[in-house]
Amino acid sequence: MADNNMVDNNMADNNKFIVSHAPFWHDGSRISLRNYNMALAALPAILFGIYYYGMQAVGVVSLSISTAIIWEFIFCRVTKRSNTIGDGNAAIIGMLLGMLLPATAPWWFVIIGTFVAIIIGKQIFGGIGANPFNPVAVAVAILMLSWENVFDFNEALINYDFDFAMVYPLAALKHFGVSAVDSFSIGNLLMGKQSGGIGSTFGLGLIAGGIYLIIRGIIRWEISISFLAGIIITSLIFNITDPARYAGPAVHLFAGYTLIGAFFLATEDSSSPVNFIPMLIYGAGAGFLTVLIRNIGFYVDGVIFAILIMNLVNPLIDKIRPKAIGKVVENA
Amino acid sequence: MIKRSFIGLSKPRLAYGSLEDTPSLKQIPASKEVTLLADCPFDKKNLLFKKKAVVKTGQKLLLYKESDEYVVSSVTGEVSSISSYTGDFGRSYTAIAIEVAGDEEIDNEFKSATGGSKDASLAIIKNFLAFAPGNPPVKLFSNKDKPINTIVVCCADSDLLITTNQYIVKSDIDAIKNGISILKTVTGVNDIIMAASRSQMSELSATCEKVNQVNDTYPSALPHLIMKDILGKMVPAGKNPEDIGVCFISAEAVASIGNAFSSGQIPVTKIFTLLNKDGSNSLVSARIGTPASDIFKAFNITLNENDRIIFGGPMTGSSVYSEDHPVQPDTDAIIVQDKKDIPVISDYPCTNCGDCIRVCPANIQINLLVRFLEAGQYEAAADQYDLYSCIECGLCSYVCVSEMPIFQYIRSAKYELGRANTAEATNG
Repeated sequence: MADNNMVDNNMADNNKFIVSHAPFWHDGSRISLRNYNMALAALPAILFGIYYYGMQAVGVVSLSISTAIIWEFIFCRVTKRSNTIGDGNAAIIGMLLGMLLPATAPWWFVIIGTFVAIIIGKQIFGGIGANPFNPVAVAVAILMLSWENVFDFNEALINYDFDFAMVYPLAALKHFGVSAVDSFSIGNLLMGKQSGGIGSTFGLGLIAGGIYLIIRGIIRWEISISFLAGIIITSLIFNITDPARYAGPAVHLFAGYTLIGAFFLATEDSSSPVNFIPMLIYGAGAGFLTVLIRNIGFYVDGVIFAILIMNLVNPLIDKIRPKAIGKVVENA
Repeated sequence: MIKRSFIGLSKPRLAYGSLEDTPSLKQIPASKEVTLLADCPFDKKNLLFKKKAVVKTGQKLLLYKESDEYVVSSVTGEVSSISSYTGDFGRSYTAIAIEVAGDEEIDNEFKSATGGSKDASLAIIKNFLAFAPGNPPVKLFSNKDKPINTIVVCCADSDLLITTNQYIVKSDIDAIKNGISILKTVTGVNDIIMAASRSQMSELSATCEKVNQVNDTYPSALPHLIMKDILGKMVPAGKNPEDIGVCFISAEAVASIGNAFSSGQIPVTKIFTLLNKDGSNSLVSARIGTPASDIFKAFNITLNENDRIIFGGPMTGSSVYSEDHPVQPDTDAIIVQDKKDIPVISDYPCTNCGDCIRVCPANIQINLLVRFLEAGQYEAAADQYDLYSCIECGLCSYVCVSEMPIFQYIRSAKYELGRANTAEATNG
């Protein structure tokens, strides 16, 4: 401030102070902190996957996390942006992708997956906060459509020998009807006694992680709860209309990507709404579409596509918002 | 600094500080030099007094020809310099430095103009008390275009950690009573509403006025929220309470008016909270114009490079760049922040987490607003995303996960739009 003469008396031996704007406090939340908490919440499910599938699962998850970070690093370098790998977002994307893949996924598959997630899913839209779709869901959708057989959990995991029926419940449901999933009790499903992605079968761990994230305020409970409610109600309606063809809510709730979708995918910040009613619509819509795709669609699991479709309508439904105070509606 | 709790479901609870018993007041001894800041640009040609002019304590110093801006000298001495000072957002002030003389003399102009409480009039308040502690909003009382029909006396302090008004309520309730009765007579407004925190309710019942309780969490005591919650009136976006006939005045300002008439002297000492680096706070009384460095000296506070000095509360105050910044009639707190306690501000983009949406008391779509503000599209921000509904509480920046300076974006947008509108109005 050039025309300030007030302080020139003893300016020479004065300290320079930080002059910035209000507020002078911050509550201490950080992007990195959120992401590390998310990693912590996902840990039980991953450890369980590693326990079941052994070193192969360790390989897939580690490769997924590390290549996601590397892709982010390369992109930041190429586009001459400041390096953003420290915020943990790339690591989280890699980790979630690893959790969705079967333990037998080949190395090139994982690397392509993280490339799609980081570069196409997130960075080309402008990086963190600018992606219209959940990067992980984009990657899984592209992988699923391109290499269908890798995602055939029954075939992929055929060499594993467990003490439980190593069957992917949703595929069994699709191909053989409700009687095929009768053997799955809720307890078994919750304890991960089913085939599926590395980190997506241990229902109890995912629920615990989800509750942790909700309590910490890192994910929005409205989205998770309405997603689950959407699944329960829709599958119940199907089940009531024809119990022989359509499975009850329990199978839909604890099989496939439902729980990881409810707590880790649908709640992704940038691609989900922030207002209360839109959050409920978004979650319930995703749940509804999931069951619709599973029951009458072509694909075995609908979570990924349901979330992508709801990502698409998110900007529209998020327009339902409370009126700002003092707002005068003109020409009304 | 209050950090977020482990459980993040609830909004951050920022409770206002409350004074349990009357704390002791630390008096700061007279400084060598005080500086008074008058809220008008420096204009050398029209100055009414020169350097070396002798002033007495409580003397009104009219600044310029054809202007009724004045300051009230808080000390006896000699004017040592008159200069220009630029504050936040380019606001220009006239800074008058007064070198303090040994013996104090009290000026009599106010006393002879009043004679006693009975002769209080709006003109006297307007002509003498604008610079009194608490900054009584004297111009609002006599504005013919915007008549006032309700006066809200804020006994609760609006920002966190500040206890000035609470202290006045505890120590000087008689002055407040006197001030209110004077205000009633001179303004003719009978609708006086006291806004107080829960702990003040019983103390204030002595005033026999309507006392309304404000919530004890920030930002309930900000004027716009008092309007909404207590008066049940909605201030239209971009307007102030006075535009719809409500005038806010702090308890300290009311007490200043009361004391001025009962003693025949314009009060010249300001009471404020001093917050040290270690978080300890003390109530301080100092002459208006005392440089902050003298206060730090009295409390043995040493400042280092890259520390921060804040005038006002932690959420709405403003930081200053000099240790010699003077205490003003509206300085309710001086906060010293250590270098290591200053939160980082990042250039990260909004991640759309929605924390600000849930915390905003004005229901603004901050996640969208901030994208427009970052792009400099201020008009679109004002038209579509409720820029002017902001009541300036600062909570959005406080909770921002990306550590964005959202509040600063909002304020500079309002400032830039205001400038553009003035330019349009003057240039046709």
